Amino acid sequence: MNKSRQFRTGFLYLALAALCALPSVGQDAPDVGPRPPQPLKAMESHIGHVTGHAKDAKMDYRRYCAGCHGDLGDGNGENAVWLDPKPRDFTAATFKCRSTVTGMLPTDQDLFDTIGRGLDNSNMPIWNTFSDLQRANLVAYIKTFSPRWDKEKAGDPIKIPAEPAVTIESISHGKALFTKLECWKCHGPEGKGDGPSAATLTDSKDQPIRPYNFAGGGDDSRFKCGSTNADVYKIFITGVDGTPMPSFADVIQPNDAWDLVHFLRTLQVKRHSKENDVLKAAGGKIPPYVEKQAEAPASQPETRAAGGGN
Amino acid sequence: MRARGLFASILVTVVAPSLMFAAGTISGKVTYTGTPVKQKPIDMSKEPSCAKQHATPVNTETVVTGAGNTLDNVVVYISEGADDANAPAQAVTFTQKGCQYLPHVVALHTGQELQVANADQTSHNIHPLAKVNREWNKSQPPGSPNISEKFDAPEFISVKCNIHPWMHGWFVVLKTNHYSISKDDGAFTLPNLPPGKYKVTAWHEDYGTQEQDVTITGSETKSIDFSFKAKAY
Repeated sequence: MNKSRQFRTGFLYLALAALCALPSVGQDAPDVGPRPPQPLKAMESHIGHVTGHAKDAKMDYRRYCAGCHGDLGDGNGENAVWLDPKPRDFTAATFKCRSTVTGMLPTDQDLFDTIGRGLDNSNMPIWNTFSDLQRANLVAYIKTFSPRWDKEKAGDPIKIPAEPAVTIESISHGKALFTKLECWKCHGPEGKGDGPSAATLTDSKDQPIRPYNFAGGGDDSRFKCGSTNADVYKIFITGVDGTPMPSFADVIQPNDAWDLVHFLRTLQVKRHSKENDVLKAAGGKIPPYVEKQAEAPASQPETRAAGGGN
Repeated sequence: MRARGLFASILVTVVAPSLMFAAGTISGKVTYTGTPVKQKPIDMSKEPSCAKQHATPVNTETVVTGAGNTLDNVVVYISEGADDANAPAQAVTFTQKGCQYLPHVVALHTGQELQVANADQTSHNIHPLAKVNREWNKSQPPGSPNISEKFDAPEFISVKCNIHPWMHGWFVVLKTNHYSISKDDGAFTLPNLPPGKYKVTAWHEDYGTQEQDVTITGSETKSIDFSFKAKAY
């Protein structure tokens, strides 16, 4: 009786010890488990005057990134099953937040900015505790996961023209574009992310994905790829690769794109913005857009001048 | 001397081309065995401008068949043996019409121009889910110019429109100009093949690939057939 109890207790301790030992195997002995198949590539990143080296990000990547993005950078870290949206798969080299045209690799600066900014509405936090050098090293490390970085150069950043003044006419024209370009098919007529195609959207890995809900956030509401008007401009020119959001680069003129930005800001109803101020001053209603050429004889010079122009 | 020269030139002009162009053909039929999964009618009611273009609802096109168990949309191509000829200068066109892709499967050479046209009164987004090539995603509102693109590497690229989730097609990028896509009769023809040993591959989006070795010895037509086993689901 006593003996068997002793045995049982001993067994229990053993089992406990084994259980405790399990996770520590992963932490203390980094050589156990899946590893990148090849020795780390010598990869660099260049952000301003900072040069990052992949080899110097090894420890940071394993400690801060591998849990979600995985040792192999394929987005299959041990936390990945619990996450929605899924962590980025670096082996595909497809990135959401770029300053480059759709299909092109992002610039080092783009990746650097994404790490520092985090991704809103996802589990990717703001890594502002890293030094610039740490972030630059991590950018170089991320680039070791796909052979595309050996063969291709990052695209050139798109040119963003100076932002024109926010007027009720530019908001009105933006609204007309929102309808014409059928942004509402996914984002919904009021930008609530509830358009007719919203429910069926999937990303490039066949995971369900929601269109951005403009109206959902408060005064601090952000976009995934930044919070300035220029960031919003960038999103629909570059597209959000790997998601259903296409590039409109070939189908929208720069000034028209700015009008669309101004309208999109008014969809963020709870966010304080100059666009919402202009809208309020105009009585809170967006007047219908009057087509320039067709409807604007000499009697309507004002609409003509402010309606979007070139 | 002169006669010999003349004889030689006759030899070069008459005999050589006929040797060079002694070209065979591989042709045949693609069929299936078993019962293919039933294709579903597509509900386009969310896109009235497309729905009204179809008197009866169109079906999904994952498996399209013809009379006599023939299989449509199979890309039959020379996967080994043919020279990796250059891309043809003319573009291949892929049209969006009635919220469908015409054709459902388009094949082209690496580096060949692909023109994507929108004949509809609605915006489409063309989203090739490439894994080897670059994945891009472009909006194409009605009336906008054709999108011109190229692909550098051979790949079977699944293409979709996120706005109209039923729209699905394929860009088949090959390293050869010797290909044929089966239609309702399941027939394929691969002409202009100089004598040599070839590997012929047949690819179907749902049923996978099959290969056959064929040797062409002269101006002959070799007949081969492919038979795919239908998936029950």
